[in-house]
Amino acid sequence: MFKKKECVAMLLAGGQGSRLYALTTKTAKPAVPFGGKYRIIDFPLSNCVNSGIDTVGVLTQYQPLVLNEYIGNGLPWDLDRAWGGVKILPPYQGQKRADWYKGTANAIYQNMEFVNRYDAEYVLILSGDHIYKMDYDKMLAYHKQKGADCTIAVLAVPMEEASRFGIMSTNSDGSIYKFSEKPKNPDSNLASMGIYIFNRKKLNDYLIADENTPGSSNDFGKNIIPNMLAAGEKMFAYPFEGYWKDVGTISSLWEANMDLLGENPELNLGDESWRIYARHQALAPQFVGKDAVIENCNITEGCEIYGTVRNCVVGAGVKIEKGAVVTDSVLMGDAVIGEGAVVSYAIIDTGVTIGKGAVIGEDKATAKGIAVIGEDVTVEDGARVEAGAMIPEV
Amino acid sequence: MTAAGLIFANTHDKNIAEMTRLRTMASVPFGGRYRLIDFALSNMVNSDITKVGVITHYNYQSLLDHIGNGKDWDLARRSGGIKILPPYITMFDTTTPGVNRSRMDALKGALNFINRCSEDYIVMSDCDIICNIDLKAVLEAHEKSGADLTFVTTVIDAGTLSVQGTVPVVEVDASGRVTDFAEMHPTEGKVTISTNIMVATRTYLQSVVQEATSHGYTSFFKDVIARSLESANYRAYAYDGVFAKIGSMEGYFACSMALLDEEARKGIWGVPNRPILTKVRNSAPTKYCGDAKIVNSVVADGCVIEGTVENSILFRGVKVGKGTVVKNSILMQDTYTGENVTLNCVITDKNVMIKDGRVLSGCETMPFYIGKNGAI
Repeated sequence: MFKKKECVAMLLAGGQGSRLYALTTKTAKPAVPFGGKYRIIDFPLSNCVNSGIDTVGVLTQYQPLVLNEYIGNGLPWDLDRAWGGVKILPPYQGQKRADWYKGTANAIYQNMEFVNRYDAEYVLILSGDHIYKMDYDKMLAYHKQKGADCTIAVLAVPMEEASRFGIMSTNSDGSIYKFSEKPKNPDSNLASMGIYIFNRKKLNDYLIADENTPGSSNDFGKNIIPNMLAAGEKMFAYPFEGYWKDVGTISSLWEANMDLLGENPELNLGDESWRIYARHQALAPQFVGKDAVIENCNITEGCEIYGTVRNCVVGAGVKIEKGAVVTDSVLMGDAVIGEGAVVSYAIIDTGVTIGKGAVIGEDKATAKGIAVIGEDVTVEDGARVEAGAMIPEV
Repeated sequence: MTAAGLIFANTHDKNIAEMTRLRTMASVPFGGRYRLIDFALSNMVNSDITKVGVITHYNYQSLLDHIGNGKDWDLARRSGGIKILPPYITMFDTTTPGVNRSRMDALKGALNFINRCSEDYIVMSDCDIICNIDLKAVLEAHEKSGADLTFVTTVIDAGTLSVQGTVPVVEVDASGRVTDFAEMHPTEGKVTISTNIMVATRTYLQSVVQEATSHGYTSFFKDVIARSLESANYRAYAYDGVFAKIGSMEGYFACSMALLDEEARKGIWGVPNRPILTKVRNSAPTKYCGDAKIVNSVVADGCVIEGTVENSILFRGVKVGKGTVVKNSILMQDTYTGENVTLNCVITDKNVMIKDGRVLSGCETMPFYIGKNGAI
């Protein structure tokens, strides 16, 4: 069955996503629901398959059960292939060692054998915490055209925000001469998107060297990239234009969901030329009741709407009872919002029950933060959850 | 107890000729995101039947496209799975005019499939009915009674029945045995009909089809069932759940609109562990924007709604433009309505385009139907 693969993608999905608090107690960040019927990992996986990359290793470590089940055999993304396809790569016991993944670079180091099995020329490194649509094939073409050893996708960010990112300083031909992690005084606004293409052999050499360096953090951003730059390898920045959002925090996750709303959303998921695939549940179409009021919402199959919903992203199988008012919120799915309950400026994880007349969060204009209700939490009838409060699952 | 399934995809096509001009009854869209065969298939899969033959003989392109390899019903199997059974025409017999003229012809054509089954029972279903039934219970009752054939029966109100042609009316005695079977068109009162979901003991079915072949019988019901009511053991299994039978355009409209009733939705879509499965299309969630106003409607994913929708069924990918008012209508997949359109009692088939400002209206008993790819 052996067939050489030109490019193999390695998707780093082991992070805990600790800044998402209540949303990641049981679930790895890449498996966090997004946009009504997706999970974060659907974006890099769909990008891969849309870009013609059919071999993807998903490196998991933290709370992988939901993620493993979600990915399954890769069928929803057309990644159930006879050779290649999507493969889950957890830490494993080798002949000489048995280690957790110590860092992003170490995770790849431990799985280089996976890449080697396909005799890949190029390795695409992705992470499971960004929402974006990108054609990796164009980036690969750029990488080849430049004859690069490593190409890093970059996004032009507003100069005043540049100090929050890893910043690439480039020459006019796109080659990188400096990389600074969260610089105080940035001299460029090209932020690393955490998407790298490496020549496999070069990557292999640097991973081995890094592994043999005592005290290394075994991290791409902290070690591998600076080391390659210092050694004068050919490194290029690939400029990406379009929507891209790191959804590593509660507020950015909320914002990215809101970016889907409206007639001409910043991120259009209805674009049939670049579909985002997701594992579907077999649910009935949504039903909108006689007294329902829906304004500016994205609502998913399986929902039953009897109350009022404004400016919300509503995931699959949510029931909003009569008299309930839900505003400026993200409902991830399978929630029940009881009669007369008021939910404002909140993220409601899957399986949540909000009791009758309960009040969650407060009006966005005055609220001091987003209220977050974790997976499977039940909020009692008439209870009050303050704005910005975080109720993790029990 | 093991069972295989057999689905008749084209039976009853002529009852809604407008919609089956380019498709089988089995692939008629229904309920926002389904095709009629989804109900028969899901009932079988939910009852652990993992080998299903689908008999079809014409217009089956849309059916093949819908079913694919069967993975959406978990029927892409090495062992069993879904098998499409087109007419069996040999190179010496290509002019046979009566390919699948009747259910018996269809069964004759499927005899190879049946003969290769090792399952004890064959569950048969047509595609003109909508229900969510536990076939395991039917199979258990069939086995317990030792019947040759068990009809799943239901009681309908003949006054509200909208079917062109006849329905199979059955009489059942106190012990559950079928004593009479007649194809007729009842006009009033409560009548017990066969849903055309039947469980046959495989060996019995094989012998009946073989005998029909040797004797030249052409009708399963008239030549076999009606003649053997006394000699064979036919039983009825009374099903009292939500049931709809589509026998005319008016009936299609009425059955669709029945989904706006909560009890009907619960009975079809709300049964625990018995989901209705269908082909996945990967549509984004539905967008409600601008001055969208929507009440009492069933809406599938992938729609963009900027106008007013009332008492309607919207399939996947429907666009309702600004200022447009859709009432009491069924808009199938990818119907596009421009701005300031008014629709009442309209059925649009797939991919219909209705231009700005059009005003179209039918009525409940005669919905205005626009064929596939139509532009108006």
